[in-house]
Amino acid sequence: MNIPYTVETRPDTGLANGKLGIWLFLASEVMLFGALFSTYIILRTGSVEWPHGELNVWLGMANTFILIGSSVTMVMSWAALKMREWGKHRAYLIVTFLLAAAFLVNKYFEYADHIRRGEGPAHSTFLAIYFTMTGLHGLHIIGGMVVMAYLIGPGAKLFKSNPEQFTNRIEYTGLYWHFVDLVWIFLFPVLYLL
Amino acid sequence: MQSDHAGHAHQGGHSDHGDVGSHLRLYWMIGAALYVFTIITVAVNQVHLAIPLAITVALIVATIKGSMVATVFMHLGNEKRWIYGSLLLTAFFFVAMITITTLTLRDTIGTATVHEVSTGAAHPGAVER
Repeated sequence: MNIPYTVETRPDTGLANGKLGIWLFLASEVMLFGALFSTYIILRTGSVEWPHGELNVWLGMANTFILIGSSVTMVMSWAALKMREWGKHRAYLIVTFLLAAAFLVNKYFEYADHIRRGEGPAHSTFLAIYFTMTGLHGLHIIGGMVVMAYLIGPGAKLFKSNPEQFTNRIEYTGLYWHFVDLVWIFLFPVLYLL
Repeated sequence: MQSDHAGHAHQGGHSDHGDVGSHLRLYWMIGAALYVFTIITVAVNQVHLAIPLAITVALIVATIKGSMVATVFMHLGNEKRWIYGSLLLTAFFFVAMITITTLTLRDTIGTATVHEVSTGAAHPGAVER
C-alpha cells in the first residue's frame, strides 16, 4: 500500500504531507531553541557581570562561514535535482555533508580547549548556557548528517523508482538544514560577540 | 487510495520549478551577501561599541541574515497559506514565551532584598539568590 500525498498535493492544504510535516516540526524547534534563548536572557540580565572574550571569535566566524556555505550547497543540491542533473546533485550533497563534518571538527577543538583549561559547563553560568545551546545545536548538525548520509547512500535508490519523491526528501532535508544554519546565525553573535 | 504516481499536481510553493535554473544565481548571491554580513558583524564587534549599541547592531544584522535564509533558501517568499498560518502561530507563541520570560525579570516575590540578606533579617520564606 502506498502512502498518499508524498508527491501529489492534498486538495485541502495544497501541500504534500511531508512538506507540512517538516514545517510543523520546525515550528516545534523554534519553541525549543526559543526556550533556551529565553533562558539566556534571564541568566544574562540576572547576572552581576557577564564575561566577554571567553570564546574564540575567529573559530566561531569560521564555523559561520562553513554553515552558510553548506546552506548554499544544500539548496544547489536540491536545484540540481529539480533540473535532473544527478551528478551535480550528488556533488553538492556530499560537499554539504563534508562542511557539516568540518563544523563539528571545529567545534571539537573549541570544546577540547575549554575542557583542557578546566572550563566545563559547571565553571560558570555563561559556560553552562554556552555548552547547552551549542551542544543542542551540535546534536542537530549530527542529525542532519545522518539524514544526508542516508540520502547519499542507501536512500539514493529511490531516485530511480520515484524521482519526484526523492526530490521532495532532499527539499525537506534542505529546509531542516537551513533552519540549523538560521539558529547558528543567532547563536554566533549572542554567544561569541555580545 | 491515491497513488504517488497518479499524475496529480506536484509539490507547490517554490517547487513548481520550471524556472529553478533562473534562481541559481540568486542562491550564490545570497550566500555571498551572508558572508559580507558576517564580516560586518565581526568588524563592528572589533571596534568595541557600547554594549547596548553592540547588541542592537548584532541582532539587527542577524535578523537580516536570518530573513534572507528563510525567504530565499527556505522559499518562504512564495509558500502556501497553511505554512504561513502555522508559522504565524509559532511566532505568536514564541513572542509570548519571550515576553512572559522577560516579565519575570521584574518579579521579586520570594526574594530577599540586599539589606535583608546583609543583616540576616530576611522575612520568613525569603530565598537568597
